[in-house]
Amino acid sequence: MAKKKSEDSTREFEQAIKKSEKETYLLKLYVTGLTPASTRAIANIKKICEEHLKGRYELDVIDIYQQPVLAKGEQIIAAPTLIRKLPLPLRKFIGDMSNTERILLGLDLRPKKNK
Amino acid sequence: MPEKTKSDAKKRVRTSLLSKVPTGIQGLDEITQGGLPKGRPTLVCGSAGCGKTLLAMEFLVRGAVQFNEPGVFIAFEENAEELTNNVASLGFDLEDLVKKKKIVVDYVYIERSEIEETGEYDLEGLFIRLDHAIKSVGAKRVVIDTIEALFSGLPNHNILRAELRRLFRWLKEKGVTAVITGEKGEGTLTRHGLEEYVADCVIMLDHRVTEQISTRRLRVVKYRGSLHGTNEYPFLIDETGFSVLPITSVGLNHKATEERVPSGIPRLDAMLSGKGYYRGSSILVSGTAGTGKTTIAVHLINEACRRGERCLYMASEESANQIIRNARSIGIDLAPWVKKGLLHFNVARPTYSGLEMHLVTVNKLVKEFRPTVAVIDPITGLTNIGSVEEVKAMLMRLIDMLKNSGITALCTSLTHGGENLEQTEVAVTSLMDTWLLVRDIEYNGERTRGLYVLKSRGMAHSNQIREFLITDKGIDLTDVYIGRGMVLTGAARKRQEMKEDAEAAARKEELERVKRELERKRLLMEAKINEIRAQYESAEEELLAGVKAHELMEKALTFDRGVIAGMRKADASKQGPKDGRDSGGKR
Repeated sequence: MAKKKSEDSTREFEQAIKKSEKETYLLKLYVTGLTPASTRAIANIKKICEEHLKGRYELDVIDIYQQPVLAKGEQIIAAPTLIRKLPLPLRKFIGDMSNTERILLGLDLRPKKNK
Repeated sequence: MPEKTKSDAKKRVRTSLLSKVPTGIQGLDEITQGGLPKGRPTLVCGSAGCGKTLLAMEFLVRGAVQFNEPGVFIAFEENAEELTNNVASLGFDLEDLVKKKKIVVDYVYIERSEIEETGEYDLEGLFIRLDHAIKSVGAKRVVIDTIEALFSGLPNHNILRAELRRLFRWLKEKGVTAVITGEKGEGTLTRHGLEEYVADCVIMLDHRVTEQISTRRLRVVKYRGSLHGTNEYPFLIDETGFSVLPITSVGLNHKATEERVPSGIPRLDAMLSGKGYYRGSSILVSGTAGTGKTTIAVHLINEACRRGERCLYMASEESANQIIRNARSIGIDLAPWVKKGLLHFNVARPTYSGLEMHLVTVNKLVKEFRPTVAVIDPITGLTNIGSVEEVKAMLMRLIDMLKNSGITALCTSLTHGGENLEQTEVAVTSLMDTWLLVRDIEYNGERTRGLYVLKSRGMAHSNQIREFLITDKGIDLTDVYIGRGMVLTGAARKRQEMKEDAEAAARKEELERVKRELERKRLLMEAKINEIRAQYESAEEELLAGVKAHELMEKALTFDRGVIAGMRKADASKQGPKDGRDSGGKR
């Protein structure tokens, strides 16, 4: 019984991975002007998207200096902040996106070599 | 009087460099001598449920409503709706203020599990939100409740600490007066050492339970660049919000008026140099059970209400109805005064709340109701909930507070039988200006009441004990019997008086009798004198008659001689008849 359950969950997980491979990602990056961290974050996330989500992602970069109301609406406190709007569940990443491994894990995009 | 201390505080603030922002919270501005430091952050810390959020919220709401200073509330723990509901119970309409653009509430939601750290970051997002909120209403006041939530939401504390330091500096630059709340930590003021960043003013709240009675207390731990009260002050949270009682800050600078307040008992007024108590003085009525302490209080109240003054009656042993009923039995009807709103009863068992709470309650009542006369009946009930020292300290503050408000305060104190009568259970007599002692006098199988003025500062009061009678027309004071080394009251006095009357009558009778005797003696003497005179007169008459007879006889003899001589033709004119005529003419 227990064995069967774990097999089930493994299968589910694999399916989820497969599914994520097909899904379109909606990402929003909130930055604060052109600070070094902002610039780095934009470059890093663009690179990750190009490498792992080519053709099936949408990335919006928003300057919260320009649109402070969004900061409240999106519950932003740190900058830069990346929000994965789709697929659900909602995820938040804060920082300059230099930790690629953690972003990939968080976005359910494990590098293929680990598979 | 509180106005005076306030204006004093204001004066001091004006002369000092540090300008302050009034919080509008009852009492807090007095302790901090003007309010929180303007344009600087203040840390409010305390354990869970001690009223941090409320203090912060009231600071904001009062700022918006009373001082026209809009505010921003950054909430980390409750969302806007929860906050609105929570403070609605305290009479703040947050929703309305938000609509009127007086207050902005921004709920910051952080969920650790939803956040991944992926490198370097800062809290600029929070800054932007805060800045936006401040700009949107032109806020002068900011509350951050409680920023420590960030510590649990963000794993990198190094970044967080650096950012917090930046935040507080930023707030100062913005020139907003900020209140930051923080949870109390073990051995530190706040769990994450916020006091390190917010160093200008730290206020600590505490909620203590001793012997099942809880008391909230507030203390200004530090206030850079300003004098402040350093004690712990009790505070109250009720339907009108926060109120702190800065009683120990009250100085002995109350005004002393010459004005008098009649006691409602004419004879008692007479004992107090003819005019009654001083207005704004404190009066202690002590005595054993059933000596009429409450009755004396009722008289004072009735008299004051009749003059149209407001009275506050704080009872802790009888209900309002019972007091009114009992007063009616001595011919005093208090009910109309209650109806007219001149008399307010505050009835609560002393154990209902802590000592400090009583103080706060009285303070609130005094501020709201503005009475000129207050009765505390009895003060001894309070010893149930505290040690004598505590109760004494509390009463001292209470009396000071009432005095400062110019309120004539009458306190009753129950003395237990067997105790020294001239000593109250709580040693407060030195605080009192006038001390009336009502005592039982037991003599010859009868119990009567005697009243004396033990002391009355600033007036020539009577030293004489008076007999104290409670009649259906109120209190009557009569003179006691004094004389023959005895002091008698009641029936004994009556009897003694009758006895004295009888004795006096007897003495009068005796005197009359003696007088009559004297009169009689005098009459007798006069009668005797008359008799002697009569005897003398009769004797005189007789003697005179004898003299006449002798003279006649002499005349006759002389004549005879002459005749004979004539007859004999003798010359004897030289003597005889001349001599005889001369002596006869003399008679």
